[in-house]
Amino acid sequence: MRRFSIIVFLLCVTLSSITAQKNGPSLDKYFSPVTAEAASPDAEGFIRRWLLLEPIDKPNRTNIVFTDSYLREAFNTEYFKGQFTTFPKDGQKVKAGKQKLAWHALDSKLFNVKLFRFASGLDKQIYGVLFWAVTVIECEEDIPNVRLAVGSNSASMWWLNGEEAVILSGDRRMVKDDCTSPRLTLKKGRNILRGAIINGPGMSDFCVRFIDEKGQPVNNISITTTQPKK
Amino acid sequence: MKIRNMMIGASVIATLMSVQNAEAQIGKPYIHDPSTLAECDGKYYTFGTGRGGLISEDGWSWHDGGVRPGGGAAPDVIKIGDRYLVIYGATGGGLGGGHNGRILTMWNKTLDPSSPDFQYTEAIEVAASDGMEDNDAIDPGVLLDPNTGRLWVSYGTYFGFIRLIELDPKTGKRVEGNVEKDIAIDCEATDLIYRDGWYYLLGTHGTCCDGVNSTYNIVVGRSRSVEGPYIDNVGRDMLKGGGKMVIAAGDRVVGPGHFGRTVLDEGVEVMSCHYEADFNQGGRSVLGIRPLLWKNGWPVAGDRFKEGTYEIESERRGYALELAVDFVRMKQERKAWFRLDPNEPVVPIENQKLDEVIGEWPKDNINVRIGDYMFRPHQRWTITAVPEAGGYLSNPYFKITIEGTDRALVATSDLEVTTVPSFTGSDEQLWRIEQLTDGTFRIMPKAIPGQEGVNKKYVLYSIADSTPTLAEWDFNSDNSKWNFRNH
Repeated sequence: MRRFSIIVFLLCVTLSSITAQKNGPSLDKYFSPVTAEAASPDAEGFIRRWLLLEPIDKPNRTNIVFTDSYLREAFNTEYFKGQFTTFPKDGQKVKAGKQKLAWHALDSKLFNVKLFRFASGLDKQIYGVLFWAVTVIECEEDIPNVRLAVGSNSASMWWLNGEEAVILSGDRRMVKDDCTSPRLTLKKGRNILRGAIINGPGMSDFCVRFIDEKGQPVNNISITTTQPKK
Repeated sequence: MKIRNMMIGASVIATLMSVQNAEAQIGKPYIHDPSTLAECDGKYYTFGTGRGGLISEDGWSWHDGGVRPGGGAAPDVIKIGDRYLVIYGATGGGLGGGHNGRILTMWNKTLDPSSPDFQYTEAIEVAASDGMEDNDAIDPGVLLDPNTGRLWVSYGTYFGFIRLIELDPKTGKRVEGNVEKDIAIDCEATDLIYRDGWYYLLGTHGTCCDGVNSTYNIVVGRSRSVEGPYIDNVGRDMLKGGGKMVIAAGDRVVGPGHFGRTVLDEGVEVMSCHYEADFNQGGRSVLGIRPLLWKNGWPVAGDRFKEGTYEIESERRGYALELAVDFVRMKQERKAWFRLDPNEPVVPIENQKLDEVIGEWPKDNINVRIGDYMFRPHQRWTITAVPEAGGYLSNPYFKITIEGTDRALVATSDLEVTTVPSFTGSDEQLWRIEQLTDGTFRIMPKAIPGQEGVNKKYVLYSIADSTPTLAEWDFNSDNSKWNFRNH
């Protein structure tokens, strides 16, 4: 019975940006700072290490607007400089419109990345938001015929090494392996995985892993948020 | 039927026929977030969000009149002993986050507001959420475990986790020391049921409250323990968003949500829900009741029975119910196969027509038997709803007539079946058709001459491969079961 959530949102969105209540759970319940060592996927292959950008203000009264065409326009809009090309550093700030937003390198304590708690834990806007996430998948050799498997709340779009991999349109809830990319190859060395997640009144989060031909997790990879070696 | 006679355009015909084939209940079944159906003194009740609830005399036609104090959202109800426990969510309505919900319980000896015993006890809080934790304490669903007698409640919405708590079935209070447990995410309007060693968690996914664009749908996971983990058909935990579809949009209704299971008889189950929008009822949110089927251990909604012309096939042998009339052979120019010219044009053979055989049929009553299906006129039965005759939980009553005629199947006082030349609308000519949990159907006369009241005991039955009769319902016998095939 989501009616009340929507009513809340309609009321609040008119008051412009919504921020977390001060008495909400703290960030460290859901995230920890990244360690110096590269991370591995968890037992089910979920990628927990990410650079997350504080939420961009993107007011939407409802998630029913998240059609494919809306999303392609929303996700291909440049909100900050180097959005599709640069690999950010932890703490780096970007300017998106009038907002000054920081990147945070974090390990999720859960299989999914609770963006809602990321925002609320930083006392940022929680509804009517667009999140950017980026991480690096390192491979010791080419791994062909894998798929990027994503679940997100709400809609999202994902790119691997600059190529669109998968889009999740509509008013979605986060479901493990909800959508996958076509077969693709994780190349030897660094693979840059970017995602954009948009939400109106929902509790934003996502879960991402790579799976093989049989739907089994790809675990022979490592994950880092460090800059490339010069 | 008066309306149909006045129809002019084909599009109007199509529209009204779809109204007749109503997918939701009739009357004024307007409700959102209905509780599981409850029966009290021969009437059915369901309660919804915001105010009161609906009452039905027969399960088919519903009207306003249920009384439930406390307002709030999405109640559930269960009969425990000789009392009814009503459980509902109270929510602040949204300001300051809107997820500071409370789950409350209260008792009543009866659900009938006109009864002198009708009085709710003071509501008791059994769970709450603080507004920012990973839970929203509304949308409770209740299960009395048939194995242990323990009383469980699942509750929550998209805001965080679905949680499980235990109540004392004697008091409706939270069991002392009970700690809530997370059992699912990203769903709402959950319900717990138990069947054959499995606990099932039903949850509603999709978009609520958006009228004809609502994508609400009901999914399920199952567990050997009431405390989970609840796993779907591909091995996904509902804590990771898993769930197998039970019911989604179709047949001009969208947005089914708030599952409830009602067991009517062994092998006869229905599920209740609301449809966010019934296109035939102006897009209103209405009560829906559908057969509940079990396939490979998973619940799935059956379809409401659709009018049409069918073979009525016995599950016992696979023969077809038919009039006991002479088999009229069809003419066919035949050649030995080795004399056929493969290049000779193929000329299709038309089906045997009613006009070609009906003249040979007796004009008065004709008995029925069961025989090889040859898609002949005496084997083709037209099933038509008789809305003015009322109904039962899953359908209106139907008449069963030979296609193209008014000759109707009828129950007799000596517990046999026959046909009469014309349908009169009498109760013994009305038939209750219910899809069973295994997908087959049972067919029951509304009444049997000489027996009082509505028949709830005798069904159309194959006493032999070729002989139908009326006999007591037995889900464990294929003699009690039939299929409707349009072919």
